[in-house]
Amino acid sequence: MAQQATSRWRYIRAFASGLFVAVPITVTVLDRVAYVARVEGASMQVEFQHHLLTDRQSRDTFRHNVRNYEVQRGDIVSMLSPKNPQQKIIKRVIGLEGDFIRTLHYKNRYVRVPGGHLWVEGDHHGHSLDSNSFGPVSVGLIHGRASHIIWPPNRWQQIKPSLPPNRGPVDCEEEEEDG
Amino acid sequence: MFRRAMWKTLGFVGYTVQYGCIAHCAFEYIGEFVVCSGPSMEPTIVNHDIVFSERMSRHLCRIQKGDVVVAKSPFDPNMNICKRVIGLEGDKICTSMTSDLFKTHTYVPKGHIWLEGDNLRNSTDSRNYGPIPYALIRGRVCLKLWPPNNFGSLNESPTGRIIKTEKD
Repeated sequence: MAQQATSRWRYIRAFASGLFVAVPITVTVLDRVAYVARVEGASMQVEFQHHLLTDRQSRDTFRHNVRNYEVQRGDIVSMLSPKNPQQKIIKRVIGLEGDFIRTLHYKNRYVRVPGGHLWVEGDHHGHSLDSNSFGPVSVGLIHGRASHIIWPPNRWQQIKPSLPPNRGPVDCEEEEEDG
Repeated sequence: MFRRAMWKTLGFVGYTVQYGCIAHCAFEYIGEFVVCSGPSMEPTIVNHDIVFSERMSRHLCRIQKGDVVVAKSPFDPNMNICKRVIGLEGDKICTSMTSDLFKTHTYVPKGHIWLEGDNLRNSTDSRNYGPIPYALIRGRVCLKLWPPNNFGSLNESPTGRIIKTEKD
């Protein structure tokens, strides 16, 4: 009887120490390296209504790159919603800081993205809560860049940055043509 | 001999990773030490004070009016700002100077907060760039650690900018 109790006690202790190792390491990996985000809703293209592997490592490089203009337009990023701090949203970067953007149904027709901000949009215009409703978003809200589609397995692929046709920053020449 | 050295190295690396991860979790979810610089929060926090900012109330959405918070600057994500929360979402904020004849007001939109420094004359805050998203908050300053003669909790706002609503 006593032997049984000791073995049970040993089992509990092994379990607790394993938990003490596993939980912090898992949390750190999810915070720093990568995590899997599930894409719901109609805001991105149909092809993205799946699980995405979100690369957290790029988060820190991303922040630095934004200042060095190395972030690409067309990258898909995961960020905290400015309207609701508990919600994560996944959007495509349309414009970087300093870009001149032709908006779709924002209060101003043209917007210059201020420093440290990005212009993000969902791929489904009209079904998406994006910069067209809340304006440019601060880079500090971003916490990852989507790097791979991992589910369903037959669509496993790397996501390459791509801008939707006729979206993106307005060039100076185009601007003159419009005017 | 070689194998033993290898095992020792592996064990050392394992412990380093484990304790690094524990430290990361502590800093990310419990709290961190922040060295404040700049004059914007004088006299509550003066230049080069060390404060402890706890992360739990940010994760649980328990930030209240009057709290001093550390937040990411909306214009430079590598920089942190330390300000006092003047208004939460839906609050009415007076944006004009006290000397102005006409008072102008603005409402804080959903999911945003209004931050101001205690040193109103020397502070770049929401009066310049407007309300900032709640998600930019990193933590609530709860303890002043250094210098030791000022150890303890923070003072109330000296500016009287916090408008108490009738619900309180």
